Amino acid sequence: MSSPRTLFQKIWDSHLVRPETPETPAVLYIDLHLVHEVTSPQAFSELRQRGLKVRRPDQTIATMDHSTPTTPRGADGRIPVTDAQAAAQLGQLVRNCADFGVPLFELGDAKQGIVHVIGPEQGITQPGMTIVCGDSHTSTHGAFGALAFGIGTSEVGHVLATQCLLQSRPKTMEVRVDGTLRPGVTAKDIILAIIAKIGTGGGTGYVLEYTGSAIRSLSMEERMTICNMSIEGGARAGLVAPDEKTFEYLRGRPGAPAGAAWDRAVEQWRELSTDEGASYDTLVTLDADSLRPMITYGTNPGMGMPIDASVPDPADLSEESQKAGLQKALDYMGLQAGQPLLGNRVDVVFVGSCTNSRISDLRVAANAIRGRKVAPGVRMMVVPGSQVVKRQAEAEGLREIFEAAGAEWREAGCSMCIAMNGDQLSPGQYAVSTSNRNFEGRQGKGGRTFLASPLTAVASAIRGRVADARELVEKLPVTPGSPA
Amino acid sequence: MEPIRSFTSRVVLLPIENIDTDQIIPARFLKVTDKAGLGEALFSDWRYNEDGSQKADFVLNHPGSKGANVLFAGDNFGCGSSREHAPWALVGFGFQAVISTFFADIFRNNALKNGLLPVMVEPAVHQKLFADLRANPAAEVTVDLASQTLTLPDGGKVSFPIEPFAKHCLLNGVDQLGFLIGEEDAIQAYEASRPARVVTSQVA
Repeated sequence: MSSPRTLFQKIWDSHLVRPETPETPAVLYIDLHLVHEVTSPQAFSELRQRGLKVRRPDQTIATMDHSTPTTPRGADGRIPVTDAQAAAQLGQLVRNCADFGVPLFELGDAKQGIVHVIGPEQGITQPGMTIVCGDSHTSTHGAFGALAFGIGTSEVGHVLATQCLLQSRPKTMEVRVDGTLRPGVTAKDIILAIIAKIGTGGGTGYVLEYTGSAIRSLSMEERMTICNMSIEGGARAGLVAPDEKTFEYLRGRPGAPAGAAWDRAVEQWRELSTDEGASYDTLVTLDADSLRPMITYGTNPGMGMPIDASVPDPADLSEESQKAGLQKALDYMGLQAGQPLLGNRVDVVFVGSCTNSRISDLRVAANAIRGRKVAPGVRMMVVPGSQVVKRQAEAEGLREIFEAAGAEWREAGCSMCIAMNGDQLSPGQYAVSTSNRNFEGRQGKGGRTFLASPLTAVASAIRGRVADARELVEKLPVTPGSPA
Repeated sequence: MEPIRSFTSRVVLLPIENIDTDQIIPARFLKVTDKAGLGEALFSDWRYNEDGSQKADFVLNHPGSKGANVLFAGDNFGCGSSREHAPWALVGFGFQAVISTFFADIFRNNALKNGLLPVMVEPAVHQKLFADLRANPAAEVTVDLASQTLTLPDGGKVSFPIEPFAKHCLLNGVDQLGFLIGEEDAIQAYEASRPARVVTSQVA
């Protein structure tokens, strides 16, 4: 009789090529390696220098997302890349994938998109797998009960060459969210509240497992929003145990098993939950019933608060270093301690990123903005997470709704979340953004970011000021989080 | 990689908490396909004016920072993105160690792959070191990986944790990829024990 294990421990144990010893880390097998243009070139160069091959190109897939423009296609149907350095980097990925036999979704390809959108969309993100990518938001895939985490470029090289990583076993944290979300409060608000509670470094050294009735009631895409931002609390990975919603989401997708193999897979996936009696290293709880829409006021994702709260005062903090940190953030943001954020100026509204660019996010946003207008002086960009999402949204008429409201409809990519592709804020501009990071300059040098949900973003676009999403849902029959 | 020896250096003071990798190296510098020149862009938005001139009040631009190999930073250094460009930029500038109370996981891993030592000290030590260095900016510290000790300006020694395998690799110039390649037989045995979960060519 084996002792009860957490979901994390089950996945970890089943991927040990060699267990950890006092002298050496574990050799952990990787089932799926996702690759993009920014963090892979130096890794492929390393392989070339050493005369190595990609060990498992059949377990590797590449896309273009970070440095790709999201501007409309030209008359030739292609998306023009005017930045020479970006073009060179994208060209390098094409050559690397061709030389090493790695499948690639090129810019403009019917399946191209943000790396963390395409994995689930194609059905290659599956429960119980180990998934890595040279990108910290790889934690997104944990929504399927996969152990998924970001790695650096040296480790990208390790996985390309050996399909393995040297890893020390992390600790586990249960994040239990019970209760029912109120109208206007969404998955994004849950994760912003968790990060505000544990702090931007609170999950360091941990893998999070999200549990509780509020998590169970979320759709797969909402769970992805939550797991996506695990890294913003310092945790490399976040997990949700798979259930019927997970299986239904995957059924029939191109990379998912079919026929008898599907039945066998589901049977195995049903084993992937934390056993009764298994213990986590630590526990954090959150009450969904009392949650309000959340927004960040500062320069890291832990600096978040309910949207109707006042900006905190450095004088109320005990540690000198914390006072200095908060004051620095408020100075950068151009905010005063004690002021409300509701009613603050907004220049740009960005709906997109690997956090909130899936079809259900776009449905929620479109439903909320239908028949309304983006306020004068506000630029609203809607950037679908993938070409598949874009086509689906267009087929459902969402593009027309956004364009009629005065929003821009763009090609798929990371866009203004990373601001290395032409989409960015000007110095001093304020954005309400559905992305994941509000670091100084993250959305453009000197730009100032308020992180929030798609509903809050739309409410703010309509008002032209930071606005409370609950105002929208009181007036409109909006159900946040459509099934998808 | 060259084996790491003990070194003694002045310390650049950047006592800010939660310094993220977007500050260490902003995303617009990530459009490169090699590692060259990233030291010039280290802390770019804090370090340079709009016209490219140096901001005189930023610590990296102080004369005393020239040639220093150790950076002192606030809690949770290196949070945010997985970009290995962050340690590449720090090493490119000349840093061999960063002192903080704790480091973000991915940054820490990346630093250790590049010979940049994450020197983690207790908050009380961190505070005292900061006070001592502020009083005497020319004071030096010694970082000794073999004994895992940081020698403070007052001669006191504190130990810092480091993963045994990373330490072994750094002290002996052992290459981690080479070590993994040496596990080929075990990897093959593992693969033989179970079929691949996905076949990516199936969706491409």
